[in-house]
Amino acid sequence: MENQILTTENLFAHYGDIDTIKNVNVSFPKNSITAIMGPSGCGKTTFLRCLNRMHELTPNAGSRGKIILHDEDLNKLEPIEVRRKIGMVFQRPNPFPTMTIYDNVIAGYKLNGIRKKRIEFDHIVEDSLKKAGLWEEVKNNLHKKGSFLSGGQQQRLCIARALAVNPEIILMDEPTSALDPIATKIIEELIVELKNTVTVIMVTHNLAQAGRVSDYTAFFYLGDLLEFGQTEKVFTNPKNEITEKFLTGKIG
Amino acid sequence: MTETNLKIRSIKNIIFRTIIIGVALLAILPLFFIIFYVIKEGLSAINWEFISSVAKPIGESGGGILSALVGSSILIVIAVIIAIPIGISAGLYISEHSDSKLSSMIRLSVEVLQGTPSIVIGIIGYFWFVKPMGHFSALSGGIALALMMLPMIVKTAEETLRMIPFSLKEASLALGVPYYKTILKVILPAGLSGIMTGVIIGIARIAGETAPLLFTAFGNAFFSTNILKPIDSLPLLIFNYATSPYTDWHKMAWGASTVLIFFILILNITTRIIVNKWKIKY
Ligand SMILES: Nc1ncnc2c1ncn2[C@@H]1O[C@H](COP(=O)(O)OP(=O)(O)OP(=O)(O)O)[C@@H](O)[C@H]1O
Ligand SMILES: [Mg+2]
Repeated sequence: MENQILTTENLFAHYGDIDTIKNVNVSFPKNSITAIMGPSGCGKTTFLRCLNRMHELTPNAGSRGKIILHDEDLNKLEPIEVRRKIGMVFQRPNPFPTMTIYDNVIAGYKLNGIRKKRIEFDHIVEDSLKKAGLWEEVKNNLHKKGSFLSGGQQQRLCIARALAVNPEIILMDEPTSALDPIATKIIEELIVELKNTVTVIMVTHNLAQAGRVSDYTAFFYLGDLLEFGQTEKVFTNPKNEITEKFLTGKIG
Repeated sequence: MTETNLKIRSIKNIIFRTIIIGVALLAILPLFFIIFYVIKEGLSAINWEFISSVAKPIGESGGGILSALVGSSILIVIAVIIAIPIGISAGLYISEHSDSKLSSMIRLSVEVLQGTPSIVIGIIGYFWFVKPMGHFSALSGGIALALMMLPMIVKTAEETLRMIPFSLKEASLALGVPYYKTILKVILPAGLSGIMTGVIIGIARIAGETAPLLFTAFGNAFFSTNILKPIDSLPLLIFNYATSPYTDWHKMAWGASTVLIFFILILNITTRIIVNKWKIKY
């Protein structure tokens, strides 16, 4: 297909000598939101962390197979390059506690020693915070530490931090599971907005959330990708029996 | 339950509480007594001249402890310069590789070093540094003190760094920041207040050490800032003056003790402030 941004070919991932992800072949369309679903322990996090090569940082862990971004093999790129192109937002908000809000947003540049003019950074900070829907709330406190922010605000700060380096894809691992319903709603709306600039691949445990937010759904079970397709279709007419059981709450 | 039963209970409670408080007071009583006594004897000796001038020859009145103050400062600076990089690196290593063989060796060495009597550290300093150099020196004293404060720094550095959530490191790595930069720019800054606390407690610990200095820095009746020469220090001065037969010198020893106690008190208060003010919320 034309507009696929990221494709995995025969992707396996393991911890020690146990394969946790088994032969996954999938293509993510550009500027779409894909929800990754499946019962606890089925390998969602592991799969996601393969996609920006964070998985290989775990001791004794590794992966085989190909991951292709546009037409480049991720394994042939430097990890630093991969992670700048494919950002990540974690389950628990993890802003850098020693840095100001401003520095948190540009941490991807600062920590990597990339210098820019002050105005350029100002611009990046404003732009990223606006995209993350946090600008209005923090614009007068940019040079304060981020720790006084609420959990939801901290998570949006983390999203801004990921956006600031202009990634093509953002991976999110249950980005709202540590948040209250209102903060969750704000972030869901934000994710839908983000679609215009980036491709989002997010793990979620919440069927309703996947239904509200995602265009595509990938369903994992015991390390296999059982089903991938448009969320509507997967939800209303699952091809796989296990997917159906999961969707109707019989497993998971 | 009846009324009287309840009453008996509450009386028992009161008695128990009184005993606990009484015993606790008993425990801090000696501390207050010591501080009170030292200050009572020493405070009258302290004035500007006492702090800002060097010792006068025996028989002349006046004079001060400037050479000991400067000497102690130099010794502490040498110790800190040596102990901080080694201590933090070791603490960082064992917090990052807590299961490795080297880590358990470092931990064991730190325990042993911490349990080593200070006089033994002095002797080691003497045989390793003073003898080869051929004379006593501030440098060898500083090294001995560094050995004394090293365990404190390693331990607090390890504990602090281990408390830093893994998610913070992940946040940095996910931005494509290499491991060593993540350690230098994210992990160490996050642990800074804890590490600083360890260093300051370490300084408080060595500020009053005498035994290791007897064999190394030795003491010096004259003002000196040369780190290759013997140097005076507050605890050595107190030791020498207090064991001398002159009442003038006894008074100066009390004065120096008061200065030392205040110095350590200030260090302890500083650590409290750092711990409270710089507390990092994750
Ligand atoms: N660091 C690790 N070392 C060894 N095994 C691991 C490690 N992390 C995960 N696993 C195993 O890999 C499998 C997949 O884990 P993963 O975290 O990817 O699941 P998940 O689908 O994200 O689960 P959840 O929904 O609970 O987050 C599990 O069986 C888990 O026990
Ligand atoms: Mg998970």
